[in-house]
Amino acid sequence: MNHFELFNLKVSFDIDLTQVSSTYQTLQRLTHPDKFASGSQQEKLLAIQKNALVNDAYNMLKSPLLRAEYILQLRGVDLQHEQQTIKDTSFLMQQMEWREQLSEVEEQAEPLDELELLDDEIRKEITSELVELKSLLDQQTEQANQQAADLIRKLKFLYKMCAEIELKEEALSDF
Amino acid sequence: MAYSEKVIDHYENPRNVGGFDKNDPSIATGMVGAPACGDVMKLQLKIDDNGIIEDAKFKTYGCGSAIASSSLVTEWVKGKSIDEASAISNMDIAEELALPPVKIHCSILAEDAIKAAVDDYKSRQK
Repeated sequence: MNHFELFNLKVSFDIDLTQVSSTYQTLQRLTHPDKFASGSQQEKLLAIQKNALVNDAYNMLKSPLLRAEYILQLRGVDLQHEQQTIKDTSFLMQQMEWREQLSEVEEQAEPLDELELLDDEIRKEITSELVELKSLLDQQTEQANQQAADLIRKLKFLYKMCAEIELKEEALSDF
Repeated sequence: MAYSEKVIDHYENPRNVGGFDKNDPSIATGMVGAPACGDVMKLQLKIDDNGIIEDAKFKTYGCGSAIASSSLVTEWVKGKSIDEASAISNMDIAEELALPPVKIHCSILAEDAIKAAVDDYKSRQK
């Protein structure tokens, strides 16, 4: 049973996240190890395993990036264990520029405002890439799958950037 | 996971951080990124008329191992010909820095940065 089936869903990039979250509550309740506190050792162990599986599946389903990666994995394209590098110079230049902006943000008059602008810019980019990703995954051809894989590789840099902005935001807000 | 002393040394005192003017004809620029971790690396080589690397600089946004790997290769490539520099493999880097298996991709990034810079140099020679 794959993660989508566990949540009673068809394998698709487009899923109803409200439904996912309510299914999660139900599955979480059904498999919660506390329910099996008086059960046998075997039953307890099984509950822990099922509960972990439910949590893994939920974390994967709610993240667009992980969801897309998982769909490709089901189609035989494994991105998780690859170690290859990308060499798209103009894309990397842009990443470099954004990271430079982030590292110099403290020198600005209003660092938190600058961070928000940067965050907006990157999130806008992510939103438009996700639209593209959905249409590529819908095509279900070998060529589209490879293009989707390339897009996921790029999206990983964008999500990493968002995470770093968040960390910086927290660090700056402490003062 | 503990970093090796060499990684910490390069991380705390990175050699040759910075950049050259990428429009200068003697400068070759290699840009690479590792999707696995979102690290980005820029390596620039200053190459003389005989194809010998006179100087090198890097800028890396990434973890300690990625910074150490790029810092190390800037030291290694100086004085080498572009062919000798291209022969540096990620295993040499990983061994020198005692990188654990989960950080091997950092050394691959540094190896590919050299290759990307050499490719950039060759494409300019044509």
